[in-house]
Amino acid sequence: MSRRNSMGVAAQNRLVNGLVLAVLVLGAVVMIAPLLWMFTTAIKSKVEVFALPPVLWPDVPQWDTFTRMWSEAPILSGFRNSIIVAGTVTVVGSITSSLAAFALAKLRLPFKNAIFLGLLSGLMIPFPTIMIPQFVMFAKIGWVDTLLPLIVPLLFGNIIMIFFLRQYLESVPDSIVEAAKIDGASYLQIFRVMILPMIRPAIAAQFILWFMAIWNDYLAPILYLNTESRQTLQVVIANLNVEFATQRDYPLIMGASFVALLPILIVFLIFQRQIIESVALTGTKG
Amino acid sequence: MTQTTSISAPPDEPRTAGPGRELTPEQRAKQANRRLHKSEHRWALAFVAAPVLGFLLFTVYPVVFAAYASLTSWNGLGPMTFVGLDNYTRLIGDEYFRTSLWNTFFYMIGIPIGLVLAMLLALALNRKIPGRTALRTIYYVPVISSLAAIAIVWQFAYNGDFGLVNQVLSWFGVQGPDWLANTATVKPALIIMAIWKGLGYSMLLYLAAIQSVPASLLEAAALDGANAFQRFRSITLPMVRPVTFFLIVTNIIAGSQIFTEINIMTPTGGPEFSSASIVYYIVRQAFRYQQMGYATAMSIVLGILVFVITVVQFRLNRRNSFSIE
Repeated sequence: MSRRNSMGVAAQNRLVNGLVLAVLVLGAVVMIAPLLWMFTTAIKSKVEVFALPPVLWPDVPQWDTFTRMWSEAPILSGFRNSIIVAGTVTVVGSITSSLAAFALAKLRLPFKNAIFLGLLSGLMIPFPTIMIPQFVMFAKIGWVDTLLPLIVPLLFGNIIMIFFLRQYLESVPDSIVEAAKIDGASYLQIFRVMILPMIRPAIAAQFILWFMAIWNDYLAPILYLNTESRQTLQVVIANLNVEFATQRDYPLIMGASFVALLPILIVFLIFQRQIIESVALTGTKG
Repeated sequence: MTQTTSISAPPDEPRTAGPGRELTPEQRAKQANRRLHKSEHRWALAFVAAPVLGFLLFTVYPVVFAAYASLTSWNGLGPMTFVGLDNYTRLIGDEYFRTSLWNTFFYMIGIPIGLVLAMLLALALNRKIPGRTALRTIYYVPVISSLAAIAIVWQFAYNGDFGLVNQVLSWFGVQGPDWLANTATVKPALIIMAIWKGLGYSMLLYLAAIQSVPASLLEAAALDGANAFQRFRSITLPMVRPVTFFLIVTNIIAGSQIFTEINIMTPTGGPEFSSASIVYYIVRQAFRYQQMGYATAMSIVLGILVFVITVVQFRLNRRNSFSIE
């Protein structure tokens, strides 16, 4: 094709690919190093943590870090609280979001587009702007230091999810829904039998992303939760970081932080394909 | 969608029904239709009720409340004393607010650096390289990791004596500083960490966009003698512009709300407040010093900033030939 012969191009390509691969592997090491170091620090002895020259892998791995942290820190209750919050919100919120997306995409409703645009405008308002009034609201009804302020506002649905599912439903022809209506199906039946199976993959992807976001949230939980046994996992490990740093128990801090990452990491590795596709879709379809 | 609004638009109805009593069959059908649609309206309304109610209760009301509270002197519990624009004038003179505002802008230096790196990464991973799926996964792991855990490990990594960063630097004979304890290094340290955390996300979006560039276009350009760099600059780069735009907007909005890493890694706001961000300062004023009125004024300023940035960017983007569909 070009002036160079094809053998030369192929060889050149292989050379470039080799170089690119080397750079990528080096970059991957940098990306993963802090997390690996987190793990190896967790199984070091306290002496090894501060040893000079640094210890990369401990002589005798202290696996008991992963057992003693459950009794020495409120990690178990942190897990429980995070699961309660993220679980309730995503399950109930996904149902309300998909019903709303169905109505906004496929049903007749006066001022439908105005309603949708109104909801979308909420995305422009940063949480810090409304967090103080929300906090005062929940303080007045005595919900501070409970999980309710983290759960209740989100049960009303997730605008990003509604937006995403509505886009998805745009591709479903109106005639199918009309035909079902003429056949006498109720709207809940149409939703359950026709719409839900159609949007299930989209819901699943959004569900996982939302679960991750709530699991990893830190700002709202730290405002509301004071009592140790009521804190979510992120607040628990952040407090451990302060408390155990003074005792120089870095293995425990790193172990707990590592364990806090694990559930999402495992979910990600299992559902990698769906998550990555969904993220790419959200970003490129804006 | 257009047919929906014409059917349900109420102003049309009285005009077509008119003053006359006799209804044409057409009009009678229309009325029957309306009766039918009434139940549809009711169901649709029931389905959207939750998000609408949630929006009014947890967004609209708090915004209105914040707007008023920002004009008062208030500790969150006691009475709200109306003070006009006092909180806003106080903001202008507040050295800490100015510093945290400046810091927040400074952190955004990381955005263009991150985007360039992510683009290079996406181009590299778009090549037929062995193990690219595994590599893509590794680069994405920091994205899904919780920021709190990440902040904890990086705080430790930046430790001057035994942190990972200085250990690695010492292999090259460099004596690193105590990163988070120096005014000169604390912000770059946080920026490096933020780039590391977000790289995989931008890389993924760029990769998806690059793969949607039509191969025929690139081939045609190659036949015309365009080299790889020319093809990238005149075809790939313009084609992925919507993604760049999306990433810039979302990164600036997220960046203006940076809090978690600041609060965990530099709980006092860093040396001489040099790492404190706006949200960090808001949280401190509101929840530690009970200056709710004053903190709300700051949060309103933040909200206006985010709004203006978004609007300006969408205006700018409209002028581009490529936009988000």
